[in-house]
Amino acid sequence: MLSFALNAAFVMVGIAMLLGGWRVLVGPSLTDRVLALDTLYINSIALIVLFGIYLGTSMYFEAALLIALIGFVSTVAVAKYLLRGDIIE
Amino acid sequence: MSIWVEGVVAALILIGAGFTLVGSIGLVRLQDVYTRLHGPTKATTLGVGSIILASLVFFTAKTGVLSVHEVLITLFLFITAPVSAHLLAKTAMHRQEKKVESTRGEPWQQ
Amino acid sequence: MKRWVPSPMLSLMLWGLWLLLANDFSPGQMVLGVFFALLIPVITEPFWLRRPRIVKPGKLVMFVLMVHRDILVANMAVAKLILSSPSQLRPAFVEVPLDTDNEFVITVLASVVSLTPGTVSADISADRRTLLVHGLDVEDRAALVASIKQRYEAPLKEIFGC
Repeated sequence: MLSFALNAAFVMVGIAMLLGGWRVLVGPSLTDRVLALDTLYINSIALIVLFGIYLGTSMYFEAALLIALIGFVSTVAVAKYLLRGDIIE
Repeated sequence: MSIWVEGVVAALILIGAGFTLVGSIGLVRLQDVYTRLHGPTKATTLGVGSIILASLVFFTAKTGVLSVHEVLITLFLFITAPVSAHLLAKTAMHRQEKKVESTRGEPWQQ
Repeated sequence: MKRWVPSPMLSLMLWGLWLLLANDFSPGQMVLGVFFALLIPVITEPFWLRRPRIVKPGKLVMFVLMVHRDILVANMAVAKLILSSPSQLRPAFVEVPLDTDNEFVITVLASVVSLTPGTVSADISADRRTLLVHGLDVEDRAALVASIKQRYEAPLKEIFGC
């Protein structure tokens, strides 16, 4: 039961990431692309946590936490750059 | 691991993956950048939160030791998601992105 | 006391955070956590905004539970909207007048508004008196403003006593 749920979830999150990737490529505006990148990093956290459950090891926790930290900071930095033309004022 | 725990973990994983997928479908299907902000920032955050909850239950049941450090990721995501949504909304208004015809009210000048 | 423990709540949260991060509730980690929980607030004290005091902790617990319930219920509603008919949405910008000028309360309010699906806080006016909110599917704009004020702002003002 668990392995079925895991496989289904892998497929679903994979499709979600493909849709996000489509939005990154198509746009149409820059804000859309940043928003899609933001979604992509959150999806990748889900994928890593799922992979951790699949392998039965909690070793991947730190990787997920780091992606969460770096993803947030990069989204804020890019949004700030688009907003002000500068990151650190 | 008992069948009950396994069922709970499987259900949480499927619910989480479902919400993640819905968030991305919203990203593709919705009409303008302001409405698209709604899908990913919240449905996806909730989806990941649910998957992380599943991981918490799974590892606690597997090792027999309470494993709560996954909560940190959920906590962090729930604190940061509104901040990135707010900044992206400000960016969209600053760049004067098009909004759908039926939108009532005006965005502010940045 | 005030000098060495400038903010007991922050210290308590840092201690809990350290134990979560270490994922280990042994006495050694607890002592190390106390060390960090005492050191970090003292070092970072000059950077903090003026913090309001929690006047009604019981009300805060009820508020947190209510927000969690709202997040779950409203997420279902938004999922249904996204999957059924995105072209029939009625998006709208509404301006919510604020009754408080405390930065912390406004930040919490804006975050809660953004977390409950269907609404995103988009901007705040320079004088901190108005919050611009974008709604995904709004039937009545005045009703949305009233519900945000009554459901989230009023309890927050009561909890933090301002």
